[in-house]
Amino acid sequence: MSDDHDHHDGNADHELRVSKIRDGTVIDHVRGGQALNVLAILGIDGSRGEELSVGMNVPSNRFARKDIVKVEDRELSQDEVDVLSLIAPEATINIVRDYEVVEKHRVERPEVVVDVLSCPNDGCITTGNEPVTSRFEVLEDAVRCSYCGTIVREEIASLIDTA
Amino acid sequence: MRHDHLITSKQLSRADIETILDRAAEIDADRAAVADRHAGSLLGLLFFEPSTRTKMSFETAMKRLGGDVVDMGSVESSSVKKGETLADTVRVIEGYADALVLRHPKQGAAKMASEYVDVPLLNAGDGAGHHPTQTMLDLYTIRENAGLDDLTIGIMGDLKYGRTVHSLAHALTNFDARQHFISPESLQLPREVIYDLHQEQDAQVREHETLEEILPSLDVLYVTRIQRERFPDEDEYQKVAGEYQIDEDLLEAASDDLTIMHPLPRVDEIAPEIDGTEHAAYFEQAHNGVPVRMALLDLLLSNDGGDTDE
Ligand SMILES: [Zn+2]
Repeated sequence: MSDDHDHHDGNADHELRVSKIRDGTVIDHVRGGQALNVLAILGIDGSRGEELSVGMNVPSNRFARKDIVKVEDRELSQDEVDVLSLIAPEATINIVRDYEVVEKHRVERPEVVVDVLSCPNDGCITTGNEPVTSRFEVLEDAVRCSYCGTIVREEIASLIDTA
Repeated sequence: MRHDHLITSKQLSRADIETILDRAAEIDADRAAVADRHAGSLLGLLFFEPSTRTKMSFETAMKRLGGDVVDMGSVESSSVKKGETLADTVRVIEGYADALVLRHPKQGAAKMASEYVDVPLLNAGDGAGHHPTQTMLDLYTIRENAGLDDLTIGIMGDLKYGRTVHSLAHALTNFDARQHFISPESLQLPREVIYDLHQEQDAQVREHETLEEILPSLDVLYVTRIQRERFPDEDEYQKVAGEYQIDEDLLEAASDDLTIMHPLPRVDEIAPEIDGTEHAAYFEQAHNGVPVRMALLDLLLSNDGGDTDE
């Protein structure tokens, strides 16, 4: 990443990173190591020319290590933010316009996530070639396929449908 | 019934279940009264995996209501073989029939299919998922033999893969039923089912590895088959299977009123010597499939006719 030169303590680091973006979204307080999953869940891979910065395992007051993701010229929708909660429940979302944080919110767990995760159960109708959109109910500490009922607790990130 | 489709026993309240069972009892008592109740109606049978009994039971039920069936035939001879999706198949057959019955090897198939059709759809088994019409005939048989309240029931065998068990366990949470699950450790209830049962605040469930300790307290013992193919080697299977077989010696410890059930087919879980005793209810259970499916079809087909006064 291009931010290697500014790793001081966590807070200063945080300020610097946020101030660097002109318009877009900063996703902060992502659990260490989850940044790439955050990008996957948002369907962002840089191929459309988005300007991205990702900080991984930077020092943080809240966790030992955190990740931070900045996406230029893109404001996340509430749906996207909700889905993030599955893998980054403590994340904060800063919407930046003209270098100012104009909105700051926490992610909230949605009741359902549609067309984001794919079911790990080979026997599930959603894993065949049917024209069916995946749908998961969000439980307290897990997600559950609305079709086959399979409950996934760990490894939710591995179900992210990046196709 | 408030529902257009029957996908899982979870969607049914106690009142729904009682409506179905009461209607089945009425029909059972006087089949002549409903002999042409659904004359002219057609039921579409979509069996994506073979199940002669369930299919014949639905076919009989529909014909006894005066209706008829259209049958997709075997998967080998149908357009499915050419790669047609289930979503397309049900949309086509919906045009021919007033209601559909679906058996499919994939879990969630009935739920998905129901999203594509307007006619009532009954789930006749979706992989390891649900089999609610089996549950209704199980409940009917339990009610006839032991009653559904103040019931102590043991459910024994392959609890992991047995969809009939999962549907039944959930339906029983609507009643004052103490449920004891008896299985080898490797075939215990899946965590999804445990999760659902624990979501029901009044559910009284316990798990055991042997039958002996609770047998004397049981009103009903529901036995399922432990499938040989679930075990990596024959020795492992033999070790387990022998412990879950019912014979007359074992029943010395049981109540005289114990009712024994089995969704059939059985292999050697229940010794033939039990068949002639007062305990055996499994053939009666199989026969109950027809009046119960008649009741379900009657309720769903009548519902479809605009009978909306409830
Ligand atoms: Zn699934």
